[in-house]
Amino acid sequence: MTRELTCIICPRGCAMKIELDESGKFISVSGNLCPRGKKYAENECTNPMRTLTTTAKCSDGSVVAVRSEGAIPKGKLFEAMSTVNSIVVPLPVSVGDVILDDFYGTKLIATANKG
Amino acid sequence: MENRKIVIIGGGPAGMSAAIAAYESGERDILILERDAALGGILQQCIHNGFGLHRFGEELSGPEYAWRYEKKVRELEIEFKLNTMVLDITPDKVITATSAQDGLVQIKAEAIILAMGCRERPRGALNIPGERPAGIYSAGMAQKLVNMMGYMPGKNVVILGSGDIGLIMARRMTLEGAKVHAVCELMPYSGGLARNIEQCLNDFGIPLKLSHTVTKIHGKERLEGVTISRVDENRRPIEGSEEYIPCDTLLLSVGLIPENELTKSAGLSLSGVTSGAEVDQYRQTEKAGVFSCGNVLHVHDLVDFVSEEAEIAGKSAAAFVNGGLEQNTDIKINTDGKIRYTVPQRITAKGDVSVYFRVGNIYRNSKITVKDGERVILSKKKEKLAPGEMECVKLTAAEIGDATALSFSIEEA
Repeated sequence: MTRELTCIICPRGCAMKIELDESGKFISVSGNLCPRGKKYAENECTNPMRTLTTTAKCSDGSVVAVRSEGAIPKGKLFEAMSTVNSIVVPLPVSVGDVILDDFYGTKLIATANKG
Repeated sequence: MENRKIVIIGGGPAGMSAAIAAYESGERDILILERDAALGGILQQCIHNGFGLHRFGEELSGPEYAWRYEKKVRELEIEFKLNTMVLDITPDKVITATSAQDGLVQIKAEAIILAMGCRERPRGALNIPGERPAGIYSAGMAQKLVNMMGYMPGKNVVILGSGDIGLIMARRMTLEGAKVHAVCELMPYSGGLARNIEQCLNDFGIPLKLSHTVTKIHGKERLEGVTISRVDENRRPIEGSEEYIPCDTLLLSVGLIPENELTKSAGLSLSGVTSGAEVDQYRQTEKAGVFSCGNVLHVHDLVDFVSEEAEIAGKSAAAFVNGGLEQNTDIKINTDGKIRYTVPQRITAKGDVSVYFRVGNIYRNSKITVKDGERVILSKKKEKLAPGEMECVKLTAAEIGDATALSFSIEEA
């Protein structure tokens, strides 16, 4: 079984071909120009992960940019969005401040300054 | 009238990077003029990640990338004025600016760095027939509304144009609960990065309709829907291919135009291809002491390259006001029709030079060739070249030799 995939790790966007066995297990990848592509291909076929970037409401009603510090499971993106949309960030907030300590296996951090 | 050594127009990634480079080259009399209420330019609203991979080896969001530079500008105590709109630059480098705090001011600069960025091509440039209802936004405007002001422009969305901003907004609107019905692209290929098609469209099952455009706008007060049509190889809509999509929002991501009104008032001519000034390897324009960098010079796809280019301009401006720039050759760079343009467009000093360029179409398994007359200086195989991705070749002083003109071409396999 083969699967075609565009690598999203860097702007180069390598077009990769992935060989999978009958059970869908990763065997090999070609077309990637660096080892990060191989790792991405392997993860993508087992447990796809994405970095979530969005905004959170602040205590004064404005919004501030936030993101997951690491990647979170792709299947949890919408659930993670409702989690972020249910919180209120106290001001002031600075780049890198931790908003949520435990956010789908990583942290939720502020990516802008506000207040 | 105030006298300054280096004045930088624009406090976005290009302006900040140029300022820091000028400072680090030893110049202290630097002033940044920024019309917005904050430094950072468009990066403030680009909250998605993917910035800084080349520069920092990290995946930063736009505001984080901008903050790294702003922090440095503040640490070095480089002077900047916010809420300050530059109205005019004269050919003898007198800048007229206005702000609430200072009123109308005039500054005579020894060197000017143009770093005003670009703006979006508006609906008016597209000639889409139909009404003028509410609900039609440029993708960048929608991005500002959602990411900075916390407003959702609508719930059912069609996006025209598959540039990166359009793709990023397709994902952003989807995450915030809107339904993005389609992204239509006039060309048979997307102008956006492959990774953005993957992670912004494919991840969410949003269809990318290549060779399609919007041919009618429906609705009087508020947008009610759009008619989209397939186009032929001459980009003309094909009769009978119309499809109606009900929607309340149409986002336009149909290109960026360098914002060069001030460049023109300074007496500079613009390239018909880039809509920016033409520069040498110092990023100096045809006028001595006027430099240009970032999206005002040519539209970039990666901010990392904006920073790099602005550093060259900043460093060169510092050298210009402290003894002058060495100019000991005059090499024109010519391109074939397949390469749309190069930056720089000419070389005025001997040394190693990185030449950036963009192609006008998709080319597979082709060869980039650089020649001095019949002498092949460089020949580089390339699996894929695309209009959306800027290319770079590095030429050494030895390779350039005594050339008086270089020709860049693409040879297809």
